[in-house]
Amino acid sequence: MTPEIFAMQAFNGLSLFTILVLMALGLAIVFGLMGVINMAHGELMAMGAYTTYATSLFFEKHMPALFDVYFLFGIVLAFAVTFAFGYAMERGLIRFLYKRPFDTMLATWGLSLVLQQVFRHGFGPKEVGVPTVSWLRGAWTPSFMPGASFSQSRIFIICLALLVSFCVYLLLFKTRWGLRIRAVTQNRAMSGAAGINTERVDALTFALGCGLAGIAGSSFTMLASTGPVTGQLYVVDTFIVVVFGGVESLLGTFLSAFIIGELQSTFEFLMTGSMAKASILLLVIVALYFRPNGLFASKVRR
Amino acid sequence: MGNGTIAAGTASNGAAGAGKRSLGDRIGVLGVPILAVLLLVVLPLALSEFRLSLLAKYLCFAFPAIGIVLIWGYGGILSLGQGIFFGLGNYMMAMFLKLESTESGSSAQALSEFFGSNLPDFMVWNSVEKLPWWWEPFHSIWFTVPAILILPTALAFVLAYVNFRKRVGGVYFSIITLALAAIMAIVIVGQQGVTGGINGITDFKSVLGISLEAEGIRTKLYFFTVVLLLVALLAALFIVKTRLGKIVVAIRDREDRVRFSGYDSAMFKAFIFAVAALLAAVGGALFTVQVGLASPSLVGIVPSIEMVIYAAVGGRLSLIGAVYGAMLVGAAKTYFSENFVEYWLYFIGSLFIVVTMFLSHGLGGLVDRLRGLGAGRGQP
Amino acid sequence: MSLILQVEDLTVSFDGFKAVDGLNFYVDENELRCVIGPNGAGKTTLLDMICGKTKPTTGTIKFKMLELTSMIEYQITRAGVGRKFQNPSTYEDLTVLENLDISYPKKRNVLGSLFFKRTKEIQDKIDQVAEQIFLKDQLYTKAGLLSHGQKQWLEVGMLLMQDPELMLLDEPVAGMSPREREQTAELLNRISAGRSLVVIEHDMAFVRLIARKVTVLHQGKLLAEGTMDEVQCDERVIEVYLGH
Repeated sequence: MTPEIFAMQAFNGLSLFTILVLMALGLAIVFGLMGVINMAHGELMAMGAYTTYATSLFFEKHMPALFDVYFLFGIVLAFAVTFAFGYAMERGLIRFLYKRPFDTMLATWGLSLVLQQVFRHGFGPKEVGVPTVSWLRGAWTPSFMPGASFSQSRIFIICLALLVSFCVYLLLFKTRWGLRIRAVTQNRAMSGAAGINTERVDALTFALGCGLAGIAGSSFTMLASTGPVTGQLYVVDTFIVVVFGGVESLLGTFLSAFIIGELQSTFEFLMTGSMAKASILLLVIVALYFRPNGLFASKVRR
Repeated sequence: MGNGTIAAGTASNGAAGAGKRSLGDRIGVLGVPILAVLLLVVLPLALSEFRLSLLAKYLCFAFPAIGIVLIWGYGGILSLGQGIFFGLGNYMMAMFLKLESTESGSSAQALSEFFGSNLPDFMVWNSVEKLPWWWEPFHSIWFTVPAILILPTALAFVLAYVNFRKRVGGVYFSIITLALAAIMAIVIVGQQGVTGGINGITDFKSVLGISLEAEGIRTKLYFFTVVLLLVALLAALFIVKTRLGKIVVAIRDREDRVRFSGYDSAMFKAFIFAVAALLAAVGGALFTVQVGLASPSLVGIVPSIEMVIYAAVGGRLSLIGAVYGAMLVGAAKTYFSENFVEYWLYFIGSLFIVVTMFLSHGLGGLVDRLRGLGAGRGQP
Repeated sequence: MSLILQVEDLTVSFDGFKAVDGLNFYVDENELRCVIGPNGAGKTTLLDMICGKTKPTTGTIKFKMLELTSMIEYQITRAGVGRKFQNPSTYEDLTVLENLDISYPKKRNVLGSLFFKRTKEIQDKIDQVAEQIFLKDQLYTKAGLLSHGQKQWLEVGMLLMQDPELMLLDEPVAGMSPREREQTAELLNRISAGRSLVVIEHDMAFVRLIARKVTVLHQGKLLAEGTMDEVQCDERVIEVYLGH
């Protein structure tokens, strides 16, 4: 394997990592911190992707002059739409199902099926793609590696994913709001007694997790086209990333997304994409047998 | 709170929500006779042969649904991967039927002469030149039937035992089963040459020499399915009435206590999980014969989770309810696909939400309420 | 008298915090031992390690000739160690009768339990235990409907069905009325014949009713051991515990 191929292979893995890490961080927040299993998380990603798509249509039609910046608006809108949807979802559905994890799984699965049909009605059964804005077109070839080329749009979403991950870290561990989230998830009764509006924290935390899936959707449009079942194709992978990383560890989630993304792109070198995916899922399940609490779990008194 | 605590806590909480009812199947002693009369007398008289064969198809899904009641309602283990075991039965039976059709059907013989090979048609199309070694034993019905009964059951047992022994439970186990179902569907689709790929395995001509187009064969297959289903139902009812059934419920509610009463709780959970897998495999094999199809669309995460809704509609603690749940949801699916197929996902999606939020005991719970049987007044 | 339980050099740490730290603890055959100590002294953790719920970091636990640290819960139970938890832990969906029945120490494998029949012998044993634990009239009541104190008794009853040689009881009188406490003291004194008991309790009046020998734990270590009177006079004990 030449260094060029190796670098590009690693780069492909990084592109997949961006989707996985954004999806998985969102899921890690709702699953790891809140204990909610959201099977519609993939559809929230699709919602973000469709929002980006709709933004591109809108700019194309009404503001062609500003078309070059639509993608930035698309990302913000995707976050806003999925955040709002997540808030409504928590208030309307999830909060009645706390402490009933199996029922949460089934109800959110039901919601995911409904959303898929909504996408089909709204955007048609065919996959839709978004145009790449001019400043993200083309590829970068480093001077020291003339044989390789790295697509600029992918470089952009990799930076975006790193930036968002960093912001999530700051938000959860360096702000007062993050402290509240962690307080509520660790001891609900005590936090309530300390004057924290736990219901509001729940809803906002859940919405934040959903919003991250929305950003993942925006990034996704740079990699592939979006269809009604796009989200469903990613939900299993995302769960596996979170469980593999150790549900309570955001750093674990981050690293596990990286490992799985890179493994996937390496395996794709040896076999078809779908078989690579199947092999990795199986590999992770076997690994979980040896570390049932994930890669980054600490020993606690049970 | 640590990971382990979440796992354990969620499992018991989930189960506690499902608990609160008596152990006996709550539709009462008349439930089985009523169901038997309905399936053996009333419906065969009322429905055309075509509708009857559709009903038989729904009943194939009643097998995994009964298993899900056992493991989920009674055992507190939610599997989102019963499609794995349904699919194993489905495909193993299909391999047998395909080989039989390839060898004996007259058109098949013409085809094999034309291609100069007597491999199943899809293998020929995929330029597979030799029958894979693991297809060979499926020439024999004496291998196929025991394999359908034993392989999925053994696989389920091992999978469950190693995980439960390691204390992987609750939603973690659900996610693992979900991932395995996804893996199996991906592999089947990916290995087109030996599995038939996305199209599955179809176009069977006969079963043990009896043509599948023969007059009245559909009705006979229907009755065969019903009889097996009733046997499965009685077996499941027997299991929950025994001491083993009580221990399984006890594990659902207080696994620690059961361990400290000297039971290997992982073994019990693995046993009940294996029983559910056996039921699913039998349903899958019957589906192949009944519908003439083995398909990855019966294996992946979508069908696997759909099987849970059959059990949920019937009531997660009602074994008989699972049969009604499978019939009703199946009938609804046919109704939608015949009339307005685009609303099916809205219907099934809403059904998931409504049943989990408002009807957590399903039809079984409704029947109980109508009969005035409240919680906590079951027979000793 | 010979030892039934020898705990030596036992340590467990959770993320660096040593809940039990280099503990030695011995129980004789037919002894009734009370373990006291302030919150966080490591009492419950000690019982957790004996019965296999928690694995120690270092140290040995010998029950008769068996090394318990390498066994898992159900094996330890089958070897003859019974455990009652701090919060009464019964099968709330099952009746008192079924709770006791499940605890009967035969046919504990899958096939045995599938074809299990409740024989006269088992029925007699259940009746006898139910009488002992004051629940004879409640055999067909679901455990979930019992009072807190009755649940505590039921759990003791479940242990009696197992007939263990060593019983570990974690706060058996929590949530009981004074009258129930007296009954329980009587019960424990009665069932301690022919077996060893280790009882964790906060209620000093209750400890005085049953205790012959008392062990005081503090911060995971053994602080004092002796009769109730000796322990009460011990200055270190007074300092950390009795005298606040």
